[in-house]
Formats: sequence, structure tokens, C-alpha cells
Amino acid sequence: MSWIVTNIWLIPAVPLAFSLLILFLSSSRRAAAAGAAIIGQIIALGFSILAFLPTLQAPGFRAVQSFTWFTFGDQALRLGWVLDPLAAAMLIMITLVGLCIFVFSVGYMAGDKNFTRFFAYLSFFSGAMLGVVIANSLLLLFVSWELVGLASYLLIGFWIDRPSAAAAAKKAFITTRIGDLGFFLGMLWLYHTSGTLLFYDNGNGALEPSGLLKIGSSATLVALLIFCGAVGKSGQFPLHVWLPDAMEGPTPVSALIHAATMVAAGVFLVARVYPLFSLGAVNGVTPSLMVVISIGVVTALMASLIALAQFDIKRILAYSTVSQLGLMMVSLGVGGVAAGIMHLLAHGFFKALLFLGAGSVIHGLHHEQDIRKMGGLRWIMPVTFLTYTIGMMNLSGVPFFFSGGWTKEEILHRTAEWPLSRLPHYLMLAGVILTALYMTRQMIYVFFGRKRETSDAHESPRVMTMPLIILAVCSIILAIVLTPAWPWLHAYLNGEPARLDFGALIQPMLFLSLLLVAAGIGLAWLMYRNAGETDPLARAQPGLFRFLGQKMWIDEFYEHTFIAFSRVVAHLSDFLDRYFWDGLVNLFSGMGQAFAVLSKGFDDHAINARVDNTTAGARRFGRLIAARHSGQIQAYLGAIAIGMLLLLVLYAWLA
Amino acid sequence: MTSTLQLFLIVSSALFSIGLLAALSRRHAIFILIGIELMLAAANLNFIAFWRFGSQPQPPVGVMVAIFSIAIAAAEATVGLALVIAIYRHYRSTNVDQLNQLKG
Repeated sequence: MSWIVTNIWLIPAVPLAFSLLILFLSSSRRAAAAGAAIIGQIIALGFSILAFLPTLQAPGFRAVQSFTWFTFGDQALRLGWVLDPLAAAMLIMITLVGLCIFVFSVGYMAGDKNFTRFFAYLSFFSGAMLGVVIANSLLLLFVSWELVGLASYLLIGFWIDRPSAAAAAKKAFITTRIGDLGFFLGMLWLYHTSGTLLFYDNGNGALEPSGLLKIGSSATLVALLIFCGAVGKSGQFPLHVWLPDAMEGPTPVSALIHAATMVAAGVFLVARVYPLFSLGAVNGVTPSLMVVISIGVVTALMASLIALAQFDIKRILAYSTVSQLGLMMVSLGVGGVAAGIMHLLAHGFFKALLFLGAGSVIHGLHHEQDIRKMGGLRWIMPVTFLTYTIGMMNLSGVPFFFSGGWTKEEILHRTAEWPLSRLPHYLMLAGVILTALYMTRQMIYVFFGRKRETSDAHESPRVMTMPLIILAVCSIILAIVLTPAWPWLHAYLNGEPARLDFGALIQPMLFLSLLLVAAGIGLAWLMYRNAGETDPLARAQPGLFRFLGQKMWIDEFYEHTFIAFSRVVAHLSDFLDRYFWDGLVNLFSGMGQAFAVLSKGFDDHAINARVDNTTAGARRFGRLIAARHSGQIQAYLGAIAIGMLLLLVLYAWLA
Repeated sequence: MTSTLQLFLIVSSALFSIGLLAALSRRHAIFILIGIELMLAAANLNFIAFWRFGSQPQPPVGVMVAIFSIAIAAAEATVGLALVIAIYRHYRSTNVDQLNQLKG
């Protein structure tokens, strides 16, 4: 067992430490900041590869380190780290994709005045996500999870001088917080029933048979509460509203959020606590898994429909992420945990590629994001075009050379094998067509057709194109371990040995999905080839297009229900405070005043005359004291401190 | 054992002194609040230290007291920040030197 397995905490600690280091640098040390962030990421990647190696040795490898955080009475709160195939694969993906994004940011953020702060936050983001992955305790996972939330808040609102960015950051934070509340309650309940928050603990962990036995029938509700957190973080319906708005952040941040960190956390969480979801499954179906499937299906279809009617290059990608996450949730729901995680890993690479490609386009067009103003970029930005095409093929699900195609294929297989109903399967097939359709639409708008307002566009510098090429190559290389002929990654995640079987390549499902992808791309080509200023869909179905373009009015719906409700409650409390409670207070003070007037009259005429002499003396003394009362509260505070010191001296002297 | 207790007491008195210095010397109301929080933290540390290294440590007593006082500190910080906001709205400033209406 190599030393990294016992010191696995180093992997998140390194980026976090570098992030702190960068925060202390002055904002003029730009090269040092970027260098430190990238070196931190390279070290984390190196450690991840070292940690990956031992997991290859035996199928189903799992190394756990637990330690006691604090004891409280006879209860001990224990935290820990776990290294298993799931964590190891995620570590490699996060650090590698993160590294590419960091390098890309050097070019993309070159002109920004808060360059160093940006890299500090990026490093922090990556470190927090790595913490989520290797946590062996739900509490530790929750802590890292919240750190991820904080980092996303800081990065989405990175351009704080834009009101829209500040609003988007707040929206992301608050929306995910709603889900996290459920997660937190689920965690408390889990601790209540099982008495431990450790996942694996030599047979006593919450996810091991004896722990699951204790949880018993409350597993469904615990799982659903934890799923609330995943819904918030992974942008599932109905909490998906923050994810497209998160596009207000710089593009590398969008890439990081949508590919390697943040949204991946939700899917990862469900995969991590999967035994809670599948506990007591009859035929592979439990109530909590049914909910996961329903949410996933609704999210996937809704998001791909909305993506059809968007004109912002990043917004289209954002909705594609939402829909792909829905697809992963469906996969987890029907029991294909390995398939869902495989799609998550492949998605990490190609979605980072697509976002960075979009960033390269935006950079080349001087921060233009409207695809209607692009066009004909394929000769101007050849590297971006080629890599973007590879990303688009991955996302659309073209098999053979593209990892995304194989993993999507695997998920479709899983949905087809679901015993209860074929409905999710058919809906996911529709999702495949839609995905191919909107991605081709975007390609045609951006890279084909005539040049619209792109006269002074230019290809991005090498520091930005290199990460694109690396990610494109990775997403193709990854396909090798994903084919049905040699499903190495699938076997690795499931903890079984992989075997070579070329017969598995020939199957009807493959032809079906190939046909659907081709249909989607072909349809899009026919529809959008000669698209002018107005979208063909908008011309054919203006009402529907407006409905989709306005994101199904979900934001407006929330605005007029939940937000309006809390506003009313706030106004009501304000009103109560102002008039009811203040009125009571005023009543009492009025009574006091009336009494005071009475007693003043008595005082003035009956007592004062005698006392005046005495008061003159008191007044002189009072002035003396009042001179000390400067009104400076810190002078008072200082007097208190000195008084306390004198008391201490007195005490010491007497004792 | 005693030397460990002393170590904790040294840390906590250092913490207290830093907090006091911040509360006395800073002019920004929020920094004064932060200084007060530091002093509270020092007191909490003392609770824990005396409990842990005291003659008869009953299991949760010291931690209970500390958690209780942390909860109170949180409430106090809320009130304090609300006051700062109210003061800011009134005076358009949080410089405590300008808030001298308490003078005799």
C-alpha cells in the first residue's frame, strides 16, 4: 500500500493550501498566482494518479481511514477518507479537467484586473470538490459540499461590479441552499437511525450491511432528503433555475462548474450513498429510485427543449448540461450506477471542452455571446472549430470514436432493461434526438453559414487552444476503455475484472441510437442550413418558441409564487413590528411619560426648592465626571478594560 | 498536564489581548465587533481548557457551556451587525469616533 493511500487527504489539501497562498499575494503578482494555481493542480493530479494505481491491483479495492473529530459525552463524531474506484476515477477527471481549465484561464482572464483573486478561487473550488470525492463521512462530504457552494458563489459573482452577476451568484447560492437544507435534515436523520455518519467503517459504516439494517424502513425518506441536496447542486428540476444564470461568471468558471465540479457533486453524492437508495429494492425498484428517475426524465427533456430556443452560446451549453445531468440521474435511478458515473466522467471532459471552446469563440469575438451575430467561424478559428466539433459529437452521442457516445449508449441500455416500464427509455431516446438537434443548430449558427458580425474575429492564443486539444484527445482516448467490446471502466467501477468480447459490439440498440443521432443532426441541417435572422422554429411555431425561449416561464412562476409569498410574509412581519409591537411599546412609554409629567409637577413645586442647593453641588461634581464621558465608545471600553485589570490586581493582592 | 493547561491559557490570553486591542484601536464598527468575537472565543477556549484539564472532567459539561456560549455569541453578533447597519443608515458612516452622542 503506497503512502498516498494513507495520506489521501493531501489531494484536496494541496489546492486549498495553494489557494490560501495566492490570496496573500499582491494583485500585481499575476504570473506567480497563475503559476502557483497550476502547480497546485499538477501536484494534485500527480497524487491522484498515484492513488489511482493501487485501485487497479484488485477489483473492488477500498481503503478507508477514519479518525475521531471530537467526542461529546459518550458519542464520538468520526470523519474519514475513502479511496475506491469511484473516488479514484473522479479524482483523475477533476484534476485533469481542472488543470486544462486553469491553463485556459491564463489566456482568457489575461486582461482582468483581479487575475490573482480569480486563481485563488479556482484553486479553492477544485480543492473543495476533491474533498467531496474522497470524504468517507457524510458530514465531511457536507462540509466540502458547502465549500463548493461558497466557491461557486465567489466565482459566479466574480465580476461583482455587474449587477446581473451579483444577482446570479446570490440565486445560485440560495437555490442550492434550499436543497442543502434537505440534505442536512437527511444527514441528521441518518445519524439518528444508524448512529454513524461514516460510509465504510470495517462493517459498522452506514452503507454497510449492519448499518443498513439499523436504518431499515426510514431509508426511503433519508435517501429522498439527501437527494434534495443533489437536486439543488446538480441543477435538477425544480431547482435547475440557478444553473443557466450561473453563466454570468467568466467562461472558465462555467466550464469548471459544468464539467468537473459542482454539478458533478450531486450525481456523485447519489452514487456514493446508493445503498440507501436501493435498500429493500424489489426487482431493482424502490420509491426513492422512482423519484430519482422521474426528476431525471423531466429535467432531461425540459432542458433539451429549452436549449432549442436559446441564442446565447453559453446558455445553450448550460441547458445541455442540465439535460445530461438528468440523463445521469435516470441512469442511477434504473440501477446503472457505473453507467451514470461513466457518463459523468466522459461528460466532464467533453463539456469542459465545449465550454472552453465557447470561451475561445467569445474571446475571439470580443465578448460577444449571441450566436445570431456569429457565423462562418470555421475558417477563422480552425482549432476551436475542430475541437468544438469533437465535443459536439461527444455530446450528441455519436459512438465509435467518442466517449460520450458509448456512455450514452450504456445508459440507454440500462433504461431499456428497467423492469417496470419502457417509458423512461423512449423518453431518453427522444432526448438523444433533441440533443443532436440543438447542438447541430448551435454549430451551424456559430461556425457555418455566412459571416455576420465576425469581421475582426481571430483565433485564440496557444495557451487557450492547447487545453482544447488536450481535452479533445482525452475525450477520444477515453472511448477506448468504454466500448462494449472491452468495458474496462464499467468493470473497474463495478469492481469486476474486464474481459474482451468483440461480439458485444454488434447489437440492435447501437444501430437504433446511431440512427436517432443521424436523424437529429440531419434534421437540424435541413432546418437551420439557411437560417436567417429569425429562427426557423420561431417562424413555424412562434408561440412555442417564445414559451421555450422564456425558459418555460419557470423563473417568472417562482417569482410570482414562492418569492412573492416570502415577500408578503416579510412585509407582514415588518407591519407587525412597526405598528403592533411598536404600538405596545409606545403605549407603555406614553404611560411612563404621563406619570413623569405628574411627578415633575410635584417635584418642581414641592421638592425642588429645597433640593436646589444640594443639586448645585451635585451638578458641579457631575460636570467633573461628565468631562470623562467623551461619547467615544472606545474610551469607555478602555476604561472597562483598565477597571478589570485593577480588579485582577486587587484579587491577586488579596489572595 | 499543567503545562498543557498553561499553554491553552497563554493562547487564550493572547487571543483575548488581540481582541481587546482590536476593539480599542479600530475605528470601524465591524472591526470592533470582530474584536469582541475574538475575546469571546478566548473565553470559550478557557471554558474548554479548564474543563478538560480540571480536577474532575464530567463528560459533556465544558463542551455544553462552550456551545451554549457560541450560540449566544451568534445571537449577539446578529444584534451587533443589525445595530451597525442601523447606525450606518442613520449617520452614513460606521466610524465610531463620529458616534459621540452619548457624551455627558
